[in-house]
Amino acid sequence: MTHRHDDELEYEDDDRGGASDEHMAHLGTYALGLTLATGLTIASFWVAKTHVIYDPGIPMALATLAVAQMGIHLVFFLHLTTAPDNTNNILALAFGLLIVGLVIFGSVWIMAHLNHNLMPMQQLMQMQR
Amino acid sequence: MSNPAATITIADPFRLGHRGPNIARGHGGGGPATKRVIVGYGFWLFLLSDIVIFACLFAAYAVLADATAGGPKAKDIFELDRVAWETACLLASSFFCGMANIAVAKRNQLLTQLALLATGLTGLAFILLESAEFAALHGQGYGPTRSAFLTGFFTLVGCHGVHVSAGLLWLGTMMAQFFAKGFRPDIGRRFLCFSMFWHFLDVVWVAIFSLVYLVGTRL
Repeated sequence: MTHRHDDELEYEDDDRGGASDEHMAHLGTYALGLTLATGLTIASFWVAKTHVIYDPGIPMALATLAVAQMGIHLVFFLHLTTAPDNTNNILALAFGLLIVGLVIFGSVWIMAHLNHNLMPMQQLMQMQR
Repeated sequence: MSNPAATITIADPFRLGHRGPNIARGHGGGGPATKRVIVGYGFWLFLLSDIVIFACLFAAYAVLADATAGGPKAKDIFELDRVAWETACLLASSFFCGMANIAVAKRNQLLTQLALLATGLTGLAFILLESAEFAALHGQGYGPTRSAFLTGFFTLVGCHGVHVSAGLLWLGTMMAQFFAKGFRPDIGRRFLCFSMFWHFLDVVWVAIFSLVYLVGTRL
């Protein structure tokens, strides 16, 4: 996620001149990221309002667009790459995603089954009488 | 020892270039990683732990989304136009933060301050829009105490709003530090952390507007 000067030594931090073409590439990266993110956002709002798509499929379509846009943000704004100096960041991200997946899908899964298996409250109260 | 490194330097001047062979490349070779890499990695770990907190709030919201207790459902209270403007503000803010990154790399004080000001103003616009939404809901009697669904909603979206507000304060201190102390390496590292934080908040907002607002209006 870090930047093009990541691998500079501490004492080289004050010597950043003479790389203007790299700056231009950087600007292009941000502009491309902004364009892609805007496009995906517009697509998400369109999906939410349209009736073209089969209704039960809409949450999945929105989730897919959201994941795509988060990926765009990670790559173009947070500069997450597959470069060797980014390996640790990628591994940490993978672990984070594992935890996030366990928490969200685990909670939803368990609670949905609890809801399904539990008796409605009124019925329960009647049985206790 | 120096022979392979010299070959790499010629083959790939942009990656190694003048920095010589004593740089850690993440494969166990070279010297210690630079401070900037280490700071970035540490802050990335913090952001990932923050994302686990958000995941818990998302899970709570997903579980409670149907528990409206006779109160309003998601599609009764969400206004997509306002959400679209909020999204635009935060995305623009993220982009301006990237522009500030470039200005800092070029050591241009004026451009840095202008880009950071634009970042802050668009972030502030987001917070004002969100506050207006919360105030309107509260005014209609749909505060966080109305139903479990609204509790989950206010906790999740409010937590993100608090993060953005804290980020705005941080942004103010960054502008002051660049202005008063210039482009020192340590301040550059602080700004690296800030820009990661700011982009991360935009990532969380993508999940919120897609999975809370947009999905909510169709359920």
